[in-house]
Amino acid sequence: MMLPRPEQLLPHMANALQRHLQEHQIQEPRFVGIRSGGVWVAQALLDALNLEQPLGILDVSFYRDDFTQKGLNPLVQPSELPFEVEGQHLVLVDDVLMTGRTIRAALNELFDYGRPASVTLVCLLDLDSRELPIQPDVVGATLNLSPEQRVKLQGPAPLALELKTLALQ
Amino acid sequence: MLPTDAKRPLQLNDNGQLRHFLSLDGLPCTLLTEILDTADSFLEVGSRAVKKVPLLRGKTVCNVFFENSTRTRTTFELAAQRLSADVITLNVSTSSASKGETLFDTLRNLEAMAADMFVVRHAESGAAHFMAEFVCPDVAIINGGDGRHAHPTQGMLDMLTIRRHKGDFKNLSVAIVGDILHSRVARSDMLALKTLGCPDIRVIGPKTLLPAGLEQYGVRVFHNLEEGLRDVDVIVTLRLQRERMQSGLLPSQGEFYRLYGLTSERLKVAKPDALVMHPGPINRGIEIESAVADGKQSVILNQVTYGIAVRMAVLSMTMSGQNAQRQLNQETRELN
Repeated sequence: MMLPRPEQLLPHMANALQRHLQEHQIQEPRFVGIRSGGVWVAQALLDALNLEQPLGILDVSFYRDDFTQKGLNPLVQPSELPFEVEGQHLVLVDDVLMTGRTIRAALNELFDYGRPASVTLVCLLDLDSRELPIQPDVVGATLNLSPEQRVKLQGPAPLALELKTLALQ
Repeated sequence: MLPTDAKRPLQLNDNGQLRHFLSLDGLPCTLLTEILDTADSFLEVGSRAVKKVPLLRGKTVCNVFFENSTRTRTTFELAAQRLSADVITLNVSTSSASKGETLFDTLRNLEAMAADMFVVRHAESGAAHFMAEFVCPDVAIINGGDGRHAHPTQGMLDMLTIRRHKGDFKNLSVAIVGDILHSRVARSDMLALKTLGCPDIRVIGPKTLLPAGLEQYGVRVFHNLEEGLRDVDVIVTLRLQRERMQSGLLPSQGEFYRLYGLTSERLKVAKPDALVMHPGPINRGIEIESAVADGKQSVILNQVTYGIAVRMAVLSMTMSGQNAQRQLNQETRELN
């Protein structure tokens, strides 16, 4: 299977995001990336849009719903939001959207910093296998994978997508 | 005099993750570093509008204090609450134990309350080990200080304080001053510093307040405060534990201050940016001068803040280790 190349997706995403923000009359949004891949994509979008602003970084490890099954991520790092969330328009960015559970955790975490005016969701890839009612506003490409397949973003430079096959039990 | 931890594997699960937290003895550098890294992330949570994460939602943490404590008890309570756990605190010193109930019976009663973790403080060394050995599976025991033996969360919050102010442990000289004999904090600090690779650990105190067998911790012993403090990066002052002291160990408190009290004058012997630490509660004018305790080199109140983050890390990591062990046991059962 041929995976799309991030550098080809990003210009389209940047245009689509700009259109989306204009249509919704959102001015001066702040960007938040979900660690690690989402941070890379968010930075690439900021660069593509010629925006110079500090990027927010979320580590959703403390908010995941699989703590009782998977335990605590030993590589957890602090979240860093160098701006006020209260009343702010946010652009939340992740690399791969699959079940929607990471985005659920990210939204819960964001609301612990304050009440944002709006959240726009941007994802590089949509694997179209949602388990929660969460939909992206801007997406680079949608893929249909078989159940044992996963996609991982390598980065930060250059960004590249990699296909992985899980060992089925 | 210095109990070693023959039961050390008790606190790890089959994957080598924490499932109880009893002592720092035998815990590898990677695990101590993981605690510090996790605590760093929790420290950031304390600066948010909502200082709470949902990790331990629906879990019950029971603080069982057989011995009085304010700082340790309240920071454990706050840590559990910031992890969204439900918390109850039992001051057993004022209840059943004084009515003659054994530790074993107290434990069985607490289990019947279906708590998921117990934080135990006890005046007897080894109390937390005892409870970890006999507690029912899936319940985590955290040592909140046992006798003269160990105070591992205090040890780790001291390490977090040092790491956040000094970067790492590689080139540091750390002096621990005062009543080492009665101090579980000193034992936990020495173990942690050694494991984390601190090359110069010094212990300073009068012969009567230094335990035998200090060599096993790889420390240098000083009886003269000025000599011991020369060019150190960190000074850990200990509380003079009057309540644990039998008469005869010291001529008087005044004499102790004259010889071992940390004064502004003596602080000058250490490096100019040396940290002054103290586990609290401080005895002003007995082991430390007020001007030093409140001075700009003092990080005594930072230690309290870091203590919450370290306790959040330990509570969530042990709960995580208990969950993992339960799954391992389940998989083993399914295979058989």
